[in-house]
Amino acid sequence: MAETVALLEPQTEEDFRPAFLDRLRNGDEVAHLVTLIFAAAILVIAALLVTELFGSSAEARHKFGWHFFFTSKWDPVAGQFGALPFIYGTVVTSAVALLISVPLGVGAAIFLSELAPPRISDSLTFIIELLAAVPSVIYGVLAMFALVPLLRDPIQPFLNRTLGFLPIFQGPSYGVGFLAAGVILAIMVVPFVISISRESLLAVPNEQREAALAVGATRWESTWQVVVPYARLGIIGSVFLALARALGETMAVTMVIGNTPQIVKSLFATGYTIPAVIANEFTEATEDLHLSALVELGLVLFLLTIIINGFARLMVLATTRRGTTHP
Amino acid sequence: MMGTLQHSTAAGPPAPNPGATAPGRVEPKLKISRLNFFYGAFQALHHVELEIAANRITALIGPSGCGKSTFLRVLNRMHETVRGARVSGEVLLDNEDALAMDVSRLRRRVGMVFQKPNPFPKSIFDNVAYGLRVNGLKGSAHLKEAVEHSLRRAALWDEVKDKLHKSAYDLSGGQQQRLCIARGLAVDPEVLLLDEPSSALDPIATAKIEELVFHLKENCTIVIVTHNMQQAARIADDTGFFLLGKLIEFDKTETIFKNPAKKETEDYITGRFG
Repeated sequence: MAETVALLEPQTEEDFRPAFLDRLRNGDEVAHLVTLIFAAAILVIAALLVTELFGSSAEARHKFGWHFFFTSKWDPVAGQFGALPFIYGTVVTSAVALLISVPLGVGAAIFLSELAPPRISDSLTFIIELLAAVPSVIYGVLAMFALVPLLRDPIQPFLNRTLGFLPIFQGPSYGVGFLAAGVILAIMVVPFVISISRESLLAVPNEQREAALAVGATRWESTWQVVVPYARLGIIGSVFLALARALGETMAVTMVIGNTPQIVKSLFATGYTIPAVIANEFTEATEDLHLSALVELGLVLFLLTIIINGFARLMVLATTRRGTTHP
Repeated sequence: MMGTLQHSTAAGPPAPNPGATAPGRVEPKLKISRLNFFYGAFQALHHVELEIAANRITALIGPSGCGKSTFLRVLNRMHETVRGARVSGEVLLDNEDALAMDVSRLRRRVGMVFQKPNPFPKSIFDNVAYGLRVNGLKGSAHLKEAVEHSLRRAALWDEVKDKLHKSAYDLSGGQQQRLCIARGLAVDPEVLLLDEPSSALDPIATAKIEELVFHLKENCTIVIVTHNMQQAARIADDTGFFLLGKLIEFDKTETIFKNPAKKETEDYITGRFG
């Protein structure tokens, strides 16, 4: 038995080599393996990220427990760390950004895909996609030197005069603060909303527009009642992408939010966000607990984005299940 | 002149109902004169002259790219959605200038069904109700009644009455096309244009569509573009033959198929080209 195997061995090796080369040439198995490794790498990176965030934040997690999420005192000297003002700042600035950018972006996308002549649409789209590639620090500079003075006077005093009965438009006008951060975030994410919404509007089959027009709908009725609903999944997708970008944006926000960990109703007040505090304090954090608390903030942000993405998925699934979307 | 144009305006089709006027001569539902059509620099239709009689089925046949679909789309100005499309000449709908009237009003009077079934991603009910809502019909009782009426006219009611609120995409291709016909009928058009309505369907679904179209002519003038000559022969009262953007011949269907006046028509009918 053993002898036969030994005898056969050289031969099998000879046989195996061309077969392996064949497989290499045909590519299927190699391609399968290589792409599998690449795909697996993504999972590994995500897992490493979670492990690292979880592991490095152990000290803060053990010390503060769930209180970390519900306390607002952030005092590195006293060793007191609460995440609430940062969560608040992140959510508020992102919400302001979406409130401004979604109507603006979807409206612009409708214009570009449905109403504008193709030449104008193409050149405008090119410029808009260029805007998406501008580094965020440039937007920060723009916000500091152009947006903040404008907000300080005349925009914030004007809002205070006209809508001052709302708590969000009360208090002194510093220029920097939640509103400045929200507006600059809106400017930064609006290219994503436009670009993706426009793509999904353009993907709506022409037969849909014609069907509406053929029963006497005007062009606007066909756009608003047929084309936009048909493209709504893509539009929702663009909103969630914009939100993810707004939540994680660091540089531009740090430059104009005022960097004060406080929870104030007024949008004119200064605040702080999770990415901003991590960027500002990470290099200066000498205490282990301080460092650990910052990492835990990172974990919070990570979870926040996961929850939002999961929610987006659920929404897409729910609308598809209802059976009213295209197959 | 273009040389090949010919139209049977002199005879006119016989009156479909006894109430209609003088013998041998009925006001046409649609009167098209000197119609030229351009896509940019390309001329797709050359001096088309044609009268389409009310309550009859008019079929337009011809090889691909002959301009028959383009012609059909001019009749409710669907060509205006195409950039660079330009039209000259005259289209009269009941003696009213169709090219000048409000386009929504025209399309409400002249409905259209397309080659591929194109229901909206909405429920069956909402698909049919769409045109009614766009045209300002309100009140759920009214809507329900009108939707049922349209679905009955489109011979679809019995198949869908228990699932009106299911997605239109759950229907088969033939049912979807009949749904699109119901949607077009809901606004009660005077003319219904059908652009190869059964070319994407199997023979059974096609037969159903043909039967339905045949019955529709009682209340509606039908213009149908078809690739399928047997289909034209089966259902149409009048037939027009297009070739290279020109209307070669227009006459009673029987005459076109049995005794065409033009050699081009005969060649096409007998399958020598196209």
